[in-house]
Amino acid sequence: MPTQSRSIPRIFDPHIHMTSRTTDDYAAMYQAGVRALVEPSFWLGQPRTSPATFYDYFDSLLGWEPFRAAQYGIVHHCTLALNPKEANDPRCTPVLEELPRYLLKDGVVAVGEIGYDSMTPAEDTALAAQLELALVHELPALVHTPHRDKAAGLARTLDVLRESKLPPERVVLDHLNETTVGPAADSGCWLGFSIYPDTKMDPDRMVRILRVHGTERVLVNSAADWGRSDPLKTRHVAEAMLAAGFDEDDVDRVLWRNPVAFYGQSGRLRLDAVPAGERLFAGNSILRGGE
Amino acid sequence: MLSPLASLRAGLERRLKPEGRAWLRQALSEATDVTEPAGPAGLPRWELHFVTAGRRCGPAPHTEGGAPDPVDAARVLILHAAAPGTDALVRLYGKGSADERRAVLLALPHLDPPPRTARALSLVEDALRTNDTRLVAAALGPYAAAHLDAHQWRQGVLKCLFTGVPTAAVAGLEHRAAGDDELARMLEDYARERTAAGRTVPEDLAYVLRLARFEESRDTPHPPGPHRPGPDPSVPDPSGHPPPAAPHRRSQSRSQPRPPESPPQSPRSPQPRSQSPQPRSPES
Repeated sequence: MPTQSRSIPRIFDPHIHMTSRTTDDYAAMYQAGVRALVEPSFWLGQPRTSPATFYDYFDSLLGWEPFRAAQYGIVHHCTLALNPKEANDPRCTPVLEELPRYLLKDGVVAVGEIGYDSMTPAEDTALAAQLELALVHELPALVHTPHRDKAAGLARTLDVLRESKLPPERVVLDHLNETTVGPAADSGCWLGFSIYPDTKMDPDRMVRILRVHGTERVLVNSAADWGRSDPLKTRHVAEAMLAAGFDEDDVDRVLWRNPVAFYGQSGRLRLDAVPAGERLFAGNSILRGGE
Repeated sequence: MLSPLASLRAGLERRLKPEGRAWLRQALSEATDVTEPAGPAGLPRWELHFVTAGRRCGPAPHTEGGAPDPVDAARVLILHAAAPGTDALVRLYGKGSADERRAVLLALPHLDPPPRTARALSLVEDALRTNDTRLVAAALGPYAAAHLDAHQWRQGVLKCLFTGVPTAAVAGLEHRAAGDDELARMLEDYARERTAAGRTVPEDLAYVLRLARFEESRDTPHPPGPHRPGPDPSVPDPSGHPPPAAPHRRSQSRSQPRPPESPPQSPRSPQPRSQSPQPRSPES
């Protein structure tokens, strides 16, 4: 599929772990059209053993990483939380007591990632407590759905959400797929899809879901991290959408306006550094010949 | 004539939207209110205003080059009004985002009473260890010019050249660099290293070297450039300092410049929030 007649879409990646990525990734993302992103706090691979290491990590998401992104013309925001996996470690749970002051920070646009990993009582407690924090801080919440036993995990997540006072339009349910999109859509929450090289979703399956469910309340992310993942998957979805007959406005809605609308509920998105009406041309596309 | 901080406030109010102006006035009027905590984290009111300034007085419309960042200006004004004391200042820096830390650094020379020197310097030194050029630039303001020891100050100047911070960000540069033989040696070694590698020598290096070698004169002003907008007396820089005094010759050489007796005049600060898509390796 030729690309030279089209402009490059502007892209907002609503979930990507740039701490784990290189400056080459930032440069390639800029080339691909990425102008803004949100980095959720998550598990670093190596288990943490004290709350203080979380605070250094949060500081990095509020300092060094936005600085690094800005060097490459990309606006960086973050979401902060105690992640589901480490919510099970009593050495880490004191983070919950420090989160209120971190959630005040200007660069924080949601509470997240929260949700379930192994669906334990400790995860129940952390999820409910952090949904409450989102409510009192007037923030949206980024809710991860578990990788294992996903359908049951989603059902339990929806139960907890119904018990919280956080309205569904302030919640995105992430890492959805064909089997979970239905109940997630019925809940009124935003629908997040992570596009991976091997696991989770791929661009063509994403397009099929968009055909059935439409583009409303849909967020598409690369969720790129330290594992096998690809920070350009958002662009690949844009190409797949266009190849399948979606128009440029549909692409702009899914890959820019939807994440702006969702995280904009925080009142803290600062996109004034992104040139208004910037037109990105296909001449320097890193995609060759309709990938 | 208005004091620097009064000028800073007047300039800031002119550039804020009405809601931002109302917030600023409320924040400054509540800066001394310690009666009850506010917000979901239960902070003192002034601290809540300090932390949330970025979304309360921004986004401001883009203004002429050289205008201070409105959020920096608001935070400096809040800190001055709240006069939080050294312990609170150190805590604010330690628990602050990069933007909040920068504001603490910019406020250091304005606080009344002044913070305890050793602890305030520990914040400057922390910022100089980072590779965030916005923090490095803020760290080398008038407080560092007055208090930082010679070795760390020289390392700071060299770090500016390494990381692309315009040396116009270094407060009191003309005063402290003049006749500093050790700084001159460091600059010459750095220039030699760059040249040997086939790389360009930073534009600012020659200017600082002339200062250090006593070769500067009225014929060799600071290199002009986009990073160093011309002084506009009506718009103080983020730290509220007047434009620099003209460099002057010194009549005697000394290899260890001591801290000046009084805080020197500051050149204009750089644009710490400017965002360039041109990547630059930190090189360290």
